[in-house]
Amino acid sequence: MDGDPSMTTRTKPTPAPDTGRTVVAAPRHWYGERDAENIHWLTLDKDGATTNTLSQDVLAAFEAVLDELAANPPAGLVVRSAKANGFIAGADVGEFKGLRDPDAVEQLVRRGHAIVDRLEALPYPTVALINGFCLGGGLELALACRYRVAADDARLGLPEVRLGIHPGLGGTARLTRLIPAPSAMGLMLTGRTLRARAAKRMGVVDAVTQPRHFERAARWAVTKGLKTQRRPVLTALGNLMPVRWALAQVMQRQVAGKARRAHYPAPYALIDLWMKHGGSKKEMLRHEARSIAKLITGDTAQNLVRVFFLNETLKGLGGETGRVFKHVHVIGAGTMGGDIAAWCAMQGMQVTLQDRAPEFIAPAIGRAAKLYRRRLREPYLVRAALDRLIPDVAGDGIARADVVIEAVPEVLSLKHDIYRAAEARMKPDALLATNTSSIPLEELGQVLTRPERLIGLHFFNPVAQMPLLEVVRGTNSGDAEIAAGLAFARAIDKLPLPVKSAPGFLVNRALTPYLMAAVQLLDEGHPAAAIDEAAEAFGMPMGPLTLADAVGLDICLHVGEILGHGMSASGADWQAPKGLTRLVEQGHLGRKTGQGFYRYDKKGKPIKAKPQGSATAPTTATLQDRLLLPLLNTCVACWREALVDGEDMVDAGMIFGTGFAPFRGGPMHYIHASDAAAMRSRLVSLAETHGPLYMPDPGWGSL
Amino acid sequence: MLLRQPFEPDAFDEVILGCVSPQADEVNPARVAALRLGCGDRVAAWTVQRNCASGLQSVDTAYRYIADGRAEMILAGGTEALSHSPLLFNDRMVNWFADLNMARGVPAKLKVAATFRPGYLAPVIGLMKGLTDPVVNLNMGQTAEILADKFDIGREAMDAYSLESHRRTARAQEEGHMAEVVPIYDARGKHYEKDDGVRPDNSMEALGKLRPAFERPFGTVTPGNSSQITDGAAWLILASEDAMKRYGLTPIGRVADSAWAALDPAQMGLGPVHASTPILRRNNFDLDDIDAWEINEAFAAQVLACLAAWEDDAYCREHLGLNGALGPLDRAKLNVDGGAISIGHPVGSSGARIALHVLHILKRTGGKRGIATLCIGGGQGGALLMEAA
Repeated sequence: MDGDPSMTTRTKPTPAPDTGRTVVAAPRHWYGERDAENIHWLTLDKDGATTNTLSQDVLAAFEAVLDELAANPPAGLVVRSAKANGFIAGADVGEFKGLRDPDAVEQLVRRGHAIVDRLEALPYPTVALINGFCLGGGLELALACRYRVAADDARLGLPEVRLGIHPGLGGTARLTRLIPAPSAMGLMLTGRTLRARAAKRMGVVDAVTQPRHFERAARWAVTKGLKTQRRPVLTALGNLMPVRWALAQVMQRQVAGKARRAHYPAPYALIDLWMKHGGSKKEMLRHEARSIAKLITGDTAQNLVRVFFLNETLKGLGGETGRVFKHVHVIGAGTMGGDIAAWCAMQGMQVTLQDRAPEFIAPAIGRAAKLYRRRLREPYLVRAALDRLIPDVAGDGIARADVVIEAVPEVLSLKHDIYRAAEARMKPDALLATNTSSIPLEELGQVLTRPERLIGLHFFNPVAQMPLLEVVRGTNSGDAEIAAGLAFARAIDKLPLPVKSAPGFLVNRALTPYLMAAVQLLDEGHPAAAIDEAAEAFGMPMGPLTLADAVGLDICLHVGEILGHGMSASGADWQAPKGLTRLVEQGHLGRKTGQGFYRYDKKGKPIKAKPQGSATAPTTATLQDRLLLPLLNTCVACWREALVDGEDMVDAGMIFGTGFAPFRGGPMHYIHASDAAAMRSRLVSLAETHGPLYMPDPGWGSL
Repeated sequence: MLLRQPFEPDAFDEVILGCVSPQADEVNPARVAALRLGCGDRVAAWTVQRNCASGLQSVDTAYRYIADGRAEMILAGGTEALSHSPLLFNDRMVNWFADLNMARGVPAKLKVAATFRPGYLAPVIGLMKGLTDPVVNLNMGQTAEILADKFDIGREAMDAYSLESHRRTARAQEEGHMAEVVPIYDARGKHYEKDDGVRPDNSMEALGKLRPAFERPFGTVTPGNSSQITDGAAWLILASEDAMKRYGLTPIGRVADSAWAALDPAQMGLGPVHASTPILRRNNFDLDDIDAWEINEAFAAQVLACLAAWEDDAYCREHLGLNGALGPLDRAKLNVDGGAISIGHPVGSSGARIALHVLHILKRTGGKRGIATLCIGGGQGGALLMEAA
């Protein structure tokens, strides 16, 4: 750069005013400085928040800034964030709660559009400097700038579809005009996040640089312009009517494979929006506002917003103990133990993984390497994570561990031996946790000199994909230990759910009657594919028989027996459905043996026949009642027994532990949104014909 | 090993690692290892190279630094991954690339491109280059042939020695005498619990069938009576008395003396004799006063040549400054658990391995002192005198 005038005009973002003081005037959020070249450096440092979000008042304050700039126009405008964690994370989701009037929402959205339109229309160069995350409305704001410069750690995306809506600040129109439609629509339909370099290749950003060069880059963009990757001809072609129509068909098919229109209207609405109006930016913007207003006031979006806040609630349970977890020792390198160890090492902790001999640990290392290559990608990060995962046959890691997790087979004597040996070597304040799903904590803790040390940390399979972690409190578990367990769950980026120790805790207990009902239906002669289809039509991510095959039929039977014996409230002896016992006796244990309720091909995919309709076949609604009512019934029971702290926790556990139809907001929420009394009556009549599995829990009366 | 210690890895004063051929992206493997082991940014680390005895050099240097008071605790060892030896572009190819890079503009580049010859693609096998002495133009195996000739060591004697080496290692593995060997886990879910080059079912017939590797067809040194080309690593913690007290450490032994010597590169295999003899002389030891000998088995012929040299009046007088032959070395005290012929010779790490193993042998047999010694390509020898704790 000639003369490099940047050296004389340092313009680092000015820090926000101390948020501890009482703010007398309206919060400003945006802070601006004019430099010697008349470039205006506008910094967003949202008052009173650790993260920048585009709440209504942030947008209003931005409008005020635009008014000021109109009175005193600069040579160029640079928009950046003062917050180290990112640029802008999107809208303030809290503002979506309870919106039910589409017309009012449409007005609000149009006001937002007007502000962003003004930004786009500014008659001088505008540059967005993007550090960290740039999501949703934040990216839409950046799209209204002429140039986008991203830091190498930037993550960009339009994840609105995951909240049951689509972009609503003009993003649908602007992105489809910036980059070719298949890429643009792909981003918006999946809601996925792009890393900086991928964003540049796609044309979403124009340059990627280290943050230390941000000022130079912005100044360059304003004064000289940037060479961009845009392909205007290809992009324009993609927006022609016949192309839109053809692509829309393809997109609809692809979305249908993942989400049903009745459950998740947003992706379909987005495709419709673009197919009908993609030829005209003005029309697209106008209808975007209307479409999002309709979506956001609908049940799915409101329920997904609810799920978003349930997620936040669980995250907040970690507490502020200030405890640091540096070293984790895992005993048992099987599917669960090995994967738990791999996950903890990926989160940055040093992990020692113990088992009887190297041959039992080696496969876990191989699986970990695969996980790290997929998630971490960069070879040096993969290697660093593998360095942190240390095979430890001798158990030398116990003495260094902050947390010891036992994940060996469900044999009481084996676990007792392990606890005795571990207690002798553990640090005095180290946490001892078990991944057991079926042995009561009180029995396990018998051999400890301090039984209050033992808590349950119940992970879900596969560990790398299931965010829920049941933190189980036994009768003897200490408060400090539970608090440590919750903090540890957050330290490894899981969602902790405090649960009282009882057979099956929350998730397995609620799923078991659902699985048993499915087998009962199978025994009655209903085709497996029809049973699973009914559950998926309700919104479960996979049908109960597929789920049982994935978990393992021996485990399902075992859990069923324990739960059955533990809860024969009616005094009747619980009998496992014949279909299940027969398969287990024959050694068909599900996916892991290649056959269960279904046969599995070499890749582990089920070979399913399409369900055929027949005159005497029960309706999907009947099947859904038979499957879901026992599950809902058990949720009510768990709530009544105060296994978890309130209905919201039941919903959170079922959504994050089993994927219970998130668009329905959770089982308890679904009960309240439907007719609880009618459900209870239906249970009573089903119990008469189909047995105690359908006996309604006393809790229905107190809902 | 670091997990078992009562101190954190950042307590070391420095890290020294022997390695003959680091990878292109890890030119100071000591530093890379130190950081990956958690020693932290503030612990200095360097890599040392004295051919086949690099792993002995690191231990010796650590010993000298601590003895001098320059350091309290050093992590020392050796490593080598001969399986990663590169294939290199030959010089003509490298020059062609350089010319191409410097040519500006399409016509100039095309002109350079036209000078390419298929012969440029012939690779240079890095490993072969590394095992050849450039001054006397002999590879290591050839130096063994020279010693075999000099001391009249026949093919049968070499094969018999090798057979015994395999037998001893197989027995040691079975009886748990290789306990310091730690399993390796790879990223594909496989693990390796012991050195897998050992052939317990080896036989004179099988060895006899092998053809000479270095001087065909009439030579005597074969792949069967030479060290194996392998990967390996070894680490030792060396500490001063003060550090032992401070951390409450129990040593497995100590380094008492060391010596390095140089000789004719064409007879490099006699290096152990040239390095060990000064240690024996100044400590007033006979060969028998040493309870355990580890003479690195670069080649069976070379080990046998060392023994023959000590039994040879003329050689001892002319080259070792002795009055006459030192005498026979008791084979029952030599390489009791086998050696590089059965275990392999990952060049940078062997020195550290045998220094450590000799201490384990002393512990097991109740011996007092041992010598770990290697011949060094280029014509040197190194030896460490180790004492039981």
